[in-house]
Amino acid sequence: MKTNYLMLHTITRIVALIILSFSVYLFFAGHYTPGGGFIGGLMFACGLLLLYLSFDLNKIQTVLPIDFEKVIAIGLLIGIGTGLNSLLFGDPFFTMYFDTFTIWPFGEVALTTTTPFAIAIFLVVVGVALLTILTIAGDEA
Amino acid sequence: MSLLHLLVLSPFILALFIPFLYKWFRNVHTGWFILPLPVILFAYLIQFVSTGPGLGFEPIMETVPWVPSLGINFTIYLDGLSLLFALLITGIGALVVLYSIFYIANKKDEPLNNFYVYLLMFMGAMLGVVLSDNLIVIYVFWELTSLASSLLIAYWFHKEKSRYGAQKSMLITVTGGFAMLAGFSLLYVITGTFSLQGIIEQSQVVIESPLLVPTVLLVLLGAFTKSAQFPFHIWLPDAMEAPTPVSAYLHSATMVKAGIYLVARFTPVFGGTSIWFWMVSLVGLITLTWGSISAIRQKDLKGILAFSTISQLGLIMSLLGLGSAALYYDVADEGAVFTVATMAAVFHLINHATFKGGLFMAVGIIDHETGTRDIRKLGGLMSLMPITFTISLIGLASMAGLPPFNGFLSKEMFFTGVLDATALEIFNMQTFGIIFPIFAWIASIFTFLYCLIMLFKTFFGKYQPEKLEKEAHEAPIGMLISPIILISMVVIIGLFPNIVSYTLIEPVMNSILPGFEFEVNLYHWHGLNTELFMTLGVIVFGSLIYMNLGRWQETYFFLRERDPLNQVYDRGLDGLITGAQGVTNVQMTGLLRDYFAYMIVFMVGSLTVTMYWFDAFTFAVDPNSLASIPPYAAIIIALTAAVSLSLPFINHRVSSIIVLGVVGFLLALLFVVFRAPDLALTQLLVETVMVVLLLLCFYFLPELKKEDFKPRFRWLNLVISISVGLIVSLIGISSLALSNTAQFDSISDYFIENTYELTGGKNMVNMILDDFRALDTILEVLVLGIAALGVVALIKLRFKGGEDV
Repeated sequence: MKTNYLMLHTITRIVALIILSFSVYLFFAGHYTPGGGFIGGLMFACGLLLLYLSFDLNKIQTVLPIDFEKVIAIGLLIGIGTGLNSLLFGDPFFTMYFDTFTIWPFGEVALTTTTPFAIAIFLVVVGVALLTILTIAGDEA
Repeated sequence: MSLLHLLVLSPFILALFIPFLYKWFRNVHTGWFILPLPVILFAYLIQFVSTGPGLGFEPIMETVPWVPSLGINFTIYLDGLSLLFALLITGIGALVVLYSIFYIANKKDEPLNNFYVYLLMFMGAMLGVVLSDNLIVIYVFWELTSLASSLLIAYWFHKEKSRYGAQKSMLITVTGGFAMLAGFSLLYVITGTFSLQGIIEQSQVVIESPLLVPTVLLVLLGAFTKSAQFPFHIWLPDAMEAPTPVSAYLHSATMVKAGIYLVARFTPVFGGTSIWFWMVSLVGLITLTWGSISAIRQKDLKGILAFSTISQLGLIMSLLGLGSAALYYDVADEGAVFTVATMAAVFHLINHATFKGGLFMAVGIIDHETGTRDIRKLGGLMSLMPITFTISLIGLASMAGLPPFNGFLSKEMFFTGVLDATALEIFNMQTFGIIFPIFAWIASIFTFLYCLIMLFKTFFGKYQPEKLEKEAHEAPIGMLISPIILISMVVIIGLFPNIVSYTLIEPVMNSILPGFEFEVNLYHWHGLNTELFMTLGVIVFGSLIYMNLGRWQETYFFLRERDPLNQVYDRGLDGLITGAQGVTNVQMTGLLRDYFAYMIVFMVGSLTVTMYWFDAFTFAVDPNSLASIPPYAAIIIALTAAVSLSLPFINHRVSSIIVLGVVGFLLALLFVVFRAPDLALTQLLVETVMVVLLLLCFYFLPELKKEDFKPRFRWLNLVISISVGLIVSLIGISSLALSNTAQFDSISDYFIENTYELTGGKNMVNMILDDFRALDTILEVLVLGIAALGVVALIKLRFKGGEDV
């Protein structure tokens, strides 16, 4: 008999959405309050993991055809790119810049080069966590 | 950046374009693109040659900072000695490139681009060695020549012998180079500078240093391995697997002379000490004799030339050793007599490059046109290849030391040098000095003998077309140009030796033996002196042995071509591999817990030793600095301890994972109590992911026998666990005690004050991660990425056989 996971699936759909959006919130909150790239990434990975656990591995892979090896690579490239960026201005490697800008319709916004760096960390953490777990889980032997 | 820097770097720059030139102009032989470079460099360098006696030029020094904080600068130093070598490298380089265009045909699958990239790499590296003043830069270029040489030997890498020869030359010369680096470091310790000229100025300090003997031995190890001195010479005969242009260029004219260059360069530093004198001259003498005796039993023409090169290098080396004795005396004193040996060395260096280069090319022609280099198959080529015969005849006569060629002049000077050396009254030379003329004379007999063998076995006797792969005929004119130029140099220098005396030799002498006055005057007839009779004796005895050679051809000595020292090398290599496998087998048990134990033991050990070494264990904790423990924190800690202690007694896997998770969550709670929300959040998330990961891992592990598993009590594990706990606690207590007594300001104050101003962020932890210590962070996630890829590799590419984890 085929097992029916109706309850689990329904709840997962809602909860995963909440977790994923919360992880994005955590990521941006990191500049002033607890959060940041690492935590956001982990939270995001947890959300995805929940999806993978409750639904079938193959099904999620058809819905979200993400190659996590590439996610790691892209993350690392962005991270090193932010470091190299400062060399162009004659500053030491990994000098970060920040300033406030007035952008319609948000008003005054603080922008900083730590954000792309945090995105890099985010991507690598998501990539590493999921690549490891999915590789082990998808092992046929 | 001066023109001279560009000169050193230009071969490397040209090498960058070679792959494209090779691809785009496939119909043109790539060598034609290379040829202009050494010609231009040679033409540029020739302007520094002095134009009259005593008109030696002032040395040129140009500096480009590289790592100035460590005293490492790319400094070009051009004086007589480096000029001579640079001229040899570019001049012979040009001839060899021209020769190679005809030697290596532009066939479809011939990787000419590789060949010329390696050749240019070698040329640049060699120029770097002879033109640099900084020891570290010299070392870098030195190893680069070893690398290029090895790649060139393995150019025809489908042949097993090529690969063997390449590996051998690499291992031996790089080992020597490494020893040399150690010697350079010792020199830095003694003098405090990496600059050669700076060290020469402090030569008195070096000589009086207690580190003199190890320094000399280490530096000489580099020179001896590179210059194929006994007992490291065994790589050179095997290097003959390289294409002949390479043998002519690297293994006779330039690279093997790098060791000579080094010894000459360091003579002003170490000269006048007995260790330098004896090491250089004695090793040179042994090499000279050993090489010449080994050469006569070779059956391969290139084999004969290889051993002959070894022997001639030994000759130059021993002369440099003998000449260094002059520095023992005061400049104005009788020391000047002994400089003849050095002069002979320099003169012979030039001569050897001319006749040996020509001979190698002639042998290459014979190989190319007949298909073999085996003297048992060759014979009667005189009428078939008249030009090659003439080239070989003059080259061999010069090598054997016959007039009127340049080899005769330097051979006579060599005899003068060794005879003068017997008059030395230092370094026990009164007793042992006599061995120099005796061995020099014996070696010269054998030199004469192998020259006779080469000449008669190849060009006289019966032509045996049935044994040859091709029908023998004269080489195309393009291939003959280079050896003809070299051999005409032999004749010209032989007839008019003084064209090199003040132009080349004098400035070199001023570099090797600074302070002495020289008047270089070379001529043939010195009267009926001992040297002349020694030469006559060489001719008589050499001819006598040659006439009786047939009788000894079947003896043990002649049947074994390979040097007996090769066995030592081969066994050593086998032993090294077996030993390495043994070590690996002991270490790599395949059991994770063993690896874990190694790591932990090492970590605990190094921490303990470091702490003990610096006397950092202190327990004087100020009781007032201790904060009170709030009751809920105490409860959490007690709970954590209790849960941890229960872990070893749980036999069920899933339960133990969950209990381990409990420890993690309790820790997160502790972070909350101590108001570290970032840490608590991270800990919670990491713990969650970890639990899922571990459950997955255990789900896929093979089923163990059910509950049969009794945790065995292991004393070793207990000791390791306790020591980890102990060292961590001790470090914790000590650091607290240290902060009490030393009154350090906490680093957090700095971050609290500056975070917002410097980064614009208010989350201090995050700003440290993303801004202050961004490099650490990116490297940490890099490690994470590598670990993840490792997991993928382990799982997807695992061995098919069963493995115990």
